[in-house]
Amino acid sequence: MATTGNKNINAKLVLLGDVGAGKSSLVLRFVKGQFIEFQESTIGAAFFSQTLAVNDATVKFEIWDTAGQERYHSLAPMYYRGAAAAIIVYDITNQASFERAKKWVQELQAQGNPNMVMALAGNKADLPDARKVAAEEAQAYAQENGLFFMETSAKTAANVNDVFYEIAKRLPRVQPAQNPSGMVLMDRPAERVASASCCS
Amino acid sequence: MPEDEDQQQHVAAQRESSPQPPPLPRRPTTIEEEDGLRPPLTPSGSVRNFKGSPRPPLQSKATTAVSQVDVLGLSQDASPSNNQRSRSHSRQPSGRLQSRAGSDDDTASVRSVQTLAPGQSGDIESLLDDVVGAAATETDEGVEERDDAASLDTSPLQNIRDDLDESFSSEFEPVGSFEPDGSNGELLNRQWRAKLKHYLILSSAGKPIYSRHGDDQLISGTIGVVQTIISFYQGAQDTLRGFTAGDARFVILSKGHLHLLAISRLGESEAQLRAQLEALYMQILSTLTLPTMEKMFINRPSTDLRRPLQGTESLISSLADGFTRGSPATLLSALECLRIRKAHRQVIHSTLLKCRSPQLLYGLVVADGRLAAVVRPKKHSLHPGDLHLIFNMLFEADSVRAGGGENWIPLCLPGFNNTGYLYMYVSFIDPETGSPREDIEQPLDGRKRDNEIAVLLISANREAFDEMREMRDKVVDQLQANGSLAHIRRAIANGRSSCTSILNTNKADTKGADTPAPIAHFLYKSRANVQFVMPSAGPLFSSTVSWRRLISLYARLQGALHGKTTHLKVVHVVTGGASALAWTTPTFEVYVVAGPRAGKHVLAKAAMGVVQWARREEERLFVVGGAVF
Repeated sequence: MATTGNKNINAKLVLLGDVGAGKSSLVLRFVKGQFIEFQESTIGAAFFSQTLAVNDATVKFEIWDTAGQERYHSLAPMYYRGAAAAIIVYDITNQASFERAKKWVQELQAQGNPNMVMALAGNKADLPDARKVAAEEAQAYAQENGLFFMETSAKTAANVNDVFYEIAKRLPRVQPAQNPSGMVLMDRPAERVASASCCS
Repeated sequence: MPEDEDQQQHVAAQRESSPQPPPLPRRPTTIEEEDGLRPPLTPSGSVRNFKGSPRPPLQSKATTAVSQVDVLGLSQDASPSNNQRSRSHSRQPSGRLQSRAGSDDDTASVRSVQTLAPGQSGDIESLLDDVVGAAATETDEGVEERDDAASLDTSPLQNIRDDLDESFSSEFEPVGSFEPDGSNGELLNRQWRAKLKHYLILSSAGKPIYSRHGDDQLISGTIGVVQTIISFYQGAQDTLRGFTAGDARFVILSKGHLHLLAISRLGESEAQLRAQLEALYMQILSTLTLPTMEKMFINRPSTDLRRPLQGTESLISSLADGFTRGSPATLLSALECLRIRKAHRQVIHSTLLKCRSPQLLYGLVVADGRLAAVVRPKKHSLHPGDLHLIFNMLFEADSVRAGGGENWIPLCLPGFNNTGYLYMYVSFIDPETGSPREDIEQPLDGRKRDNEIAVLLISANREAFDEMREMRDKVVDQLQANGSLAHIRRAIANGRSSCTSILNTNKADTKGADTPAPIAHFLYKSRANVQFVMPSAGPLFSSTVSWRRLISLYARLQGALHGKTTHLKVVHVVTGGASALAWTTPTFEVYVVAGPRAGKHVLAKAAMGVVQWARREEERLFVVGGAVF
């Protein structure tokens, strides 16, 4: 949950999306200003913090970069519960990753924090020739579901900081009283064993 | 001794051009080719002054608990007269050896016992066939020791499998993909077959799961053949464990619904390859847990396991490549620790205990890829195989380190419990400032950034990230405050000690303490601690090929010590390029490697020196017990 203190806002942010969509690359670009062509798959989840100054406040993002593999799905609630913001990432050259993104949106709408700021990021915008997902389609979907949408490129840095900046601006300035640590106990067991078997 | 000096020289010459790893039988054709080639001896001339004299007795009080040690002298030979290795078994049953040059009080009591009959079957036999030759190849002493030291200026192993250079340098090159028209199939197949080492994993239904080399299209035929052969034997209720074809050894590990296959032309023994396959299997379990995987296959026998394993191929490959490059940790099933003063380690341990979160199961401080300290519950120690998986994930594969953040990783440690997950907090810290590492360098330039310190905190509670993070902060703050980070930093900077400095610390034990060490490298494993120590690789073993040669020699010694049918206590091997000795007791294993002219007594003395050093420094070299709560 985003919390304010003298216009300092702590906001937990989670990145969700299919394998290879570019979640880690977006974070790496935003946090370190770097890009690695052959980014290895994330194992589990990685945690970063990064501060961003917007007009009226300083936002300290606590970013969870999750792994996209199915086997980690049951752990996802741990990361999005209590999150003030989420970036759902897909790869514009991969239709399946867009469908996966929609699934994430549904899950967040059903189970996430209702005040969550959600962004839809169509990554790999530097590969227009291989595009499989039209920007209009994604834009329309985002509008219907109350997300804001941007096409990004971690490689060229296009729109990357903009997504985080936009989120920072949209974060609610007044906080509902809620657990500030962001780590919320789960209300269902969600055993990995159970979920892993469904992908077989 | 049937072989004269001339013949010995020929042996050395053959070694030089021999494309085969020492312990495996040669292909006759290759040897015919070699027979034409008899290059002169290299400067480090592997053979000289061999005499057929029986070994002089060597006797003194052992300084260890073990009073009697069996010795089997092995050395290597090949006969030019036929296409087979000549086998001259001249072992001296219960002959006593004495080092003339050795002092009276520092050498092991060594008794030579013939432990193997010449025709004995089993793993050892093939090794003996190769290596048993002139057992009594004692050289003239006096000149000899000086020569030993001198010969180490050149590579002591340079005669072992010289073609390794060529084939090994392309070992890790990827095999390409098929052209759309399939025109390059033959080329790809040739590339694939040229690899010295293969690992294939398939399901019992014949679905490919993993191959180190080649894509699906390339390996599909091979997978089919492998599947057919394995199921043929399974149908006959006679599980196939392995076979040898030419110079390639095939080892199959069948585990539940998985078949793991290793194909090696590096001369590793069946048991060694099996241990490697076990490690790959553990890596798969570490991702999925055993019950999950079993359930998948029970629900659907044709499950494609690559999907649930997606993203871990790089972990499997980095494990596999570690084995191919040569990993003493896997060979010895032991862990390497950071050498640090006992008192300094105690401070780290007490810091870990003081800051311990109630959610903590295991806590580790790892520096330079080596264990510096561990905190663990009283009931549980850490399985070396599990630690190897963790170290591989953190220090060999780039996945975690490249990210540069803090990590929260669910993983199963199969040695601890193969049915469930633990959660590992990983944070790399800057040894200079103690702060979490902010700036990541390009991690993909192939260079390892070994100077990092990692704090690993493992919990059984998946929600414990914040607690672990808090503990990390406390631990790092205190380690910084009490100077431990500086100690670790210094230990990293010092690196591993050289053989010379190690053996020269035994001033009382060595004659001429200023001379270079008579040995080039060693491994010492403390069985009680399941840890090992080795010296710096030095310039001799800095290249991947020379390192592989060294590991092949160690693998051969280890294979002889831990044969399927026999357990030897002492093994001495002379190859064209090196002389080596392995010695095992209930408390330790020690392996020493020297130049080819080093006599047994020199090796035995050096081995004793290593043992004495390791015992004296035990609590610096090893994490003894760790911090226990």
